[in-house]
Amino acid sequence: MSNVPADLKYTKSHEWVRTLADGTVEIGITDHAQHALGDLVFVEVPDAGRTVKQDEPCAVVESVKAASDVYAPLAGEITAGNPALADAPETVNSDPYGAGWLMRMRPAAGAVAAAELLSAGDYQKVVAAEGG
Amino acid sequence: MGRKTPLFALHQELGARIVDFGGWDMPVQYGSQIAEHHAVRRAAGVFDVSHMCVVDLKGPRVRAFLAQLLANDVGKLKAAGKALYSCMLNERGGVIDDLIVYFLTESWFRAVVNAGTRDKDLAWIRTHAASFGLEVTERTDLAMLAIQGPEARARALELLAAADREAALGLGVFVGRELGRWFVARTGYTGEDGFEIMMPAADAVPAWRKLNALGVASCGLGARDTLRLEAGMNLYGHDMNESTDPFESGLAWTVALEPPGRAFVGREALEAIRARGPGPKLVGLLLEDRGVLRDHQKVLVPGVGEGEITSGTFSPTLERSIALARVPAATPARVQVDIRGKLLNARVVKPPFVRFGKSLVT
Repeated sequence: MSNVPADLKYTKSHEWVRTLADGTVEIGITDHAQHALGDLVFVEVPDAGRTVKQDEPCAVVESVKAASDVYAPLAGEITAGNPALADAPETVNSDPYGAGWLMRMRPAAGAVAAAELLSAGDYQKVVAAEGG
Repeated sequence: MGRKTPLFALHQELGARIVDFGGWDMPVQYGSQIAEHHAVRRAAGVFDVSHMCVVDLKGPRVRAFLAQLLANDVGKLKAAGKALYSCMLNERGGVIDDLIVYFLTESWFRAVVNAGTRDKDLAWIRTHAASFGLEVTERTDLAMLAIQGPEARARALELLAAADREAALGLGVFVGRELGRWFVARTGYTGEDGFEIMMPAADAVPAWRKLNALGVASCGLGARDTLRLEAGMNLYGHDMNESTDPFESGLAWTVALEPPGRAFVGREALEAIRARGPGPKLVGLLLEDRGVLRDHQKVLVPGVGEGEITSGTFSPTLERSIALARVPAATPARVQVDIRGKLLNARVVKPPFVRFGKSLVT
């Protein structure tokens, strides 16, 4: 059974969202997602300053087998991509909710808020429905 | 639900992730695909390749039949047990499949063809075999294990009866023989030493468990793919298919145009293709920038034209991305690859990339 921290928000496409003290959010992929992808060997994160729409592909995680898009859980402006992943993509496997974060963003005013995303319990149902 | 090998329940018990491969439910990995890859390069791993199709061809005219069916020349097979790698072509010179054929006796050859092409291969073989009066038998009663790696033969010997070990150890490269109820061959698809063993289906699970107990790692099709690509070996349906010929697929070495009198299926087409001069070629690519080369990415050859990646992956041994690509004949040593709209630099190299655990590229 994969790890689904109760204090985070989630999407059906297996991203997690953590609201930081300054109102920006940190985004990564879930433990379930990293496990399904297998060993990650390359991660492409967005540059700071890029504006993204909700559900827009904005990062790519590549396992040995395949490349997968990561979608913006919210609309907003990217404030940082995780620079450590260029040299150590496997961090996403080993610490998906911590050092393996992918990007940070400032949610757009008036857009869907992080609070409206899936709770940990709802995300677990999504995973269960996929047979995971 | 796909077809299942005799090892399917064991794969599930071992925690494998199961995927569809050519209509079969097969293990892609048990844990870390990269760890499975390294196990084969550094020690030993075992793969379930029971989905591959073993076909026995029997009859007094079997050699003449294969001389007509295959682009490589079974006339090269002189010693019993020796195997030959060949393409089976259509009349246009396109590759119907690649296969291995073993010469067992003058009235018995054994072919191993790909799982995903089983039905069309068997239909093609039966059509051409009709006039040779052959008996064509698909050996669905057999399982097949590939045990690969520098320690693979030593471990696999422990599966055999003591009386058979010396014979197995004495097998030359690309030679197989029957030992008791098993057929043991010194073949593989990883660039390492090892055996492929065909055995009655009921023997497969105990053999696998014993190998695990001897320290041989369970390995899935994911590692099999990265290993074969490092070894510069083609995968049917990716690097060649019915609309590509062996010359543009890096397989010219498997086409025997000598002796000139051997009339094999596709020969006329290949001679016409060769008379036209150099065509596209299959080369190795080594990505110099960060990223991962993947099938169907476009290769840009400045001043020459374009090509396409036919197999791309991350190489766990080299810790960078490698690929096979079909490119124009005049392609120089440096090209670019379009990865999601970005042009990344790649170097053209001659496969294999890795052999017997050692990098062959610098």
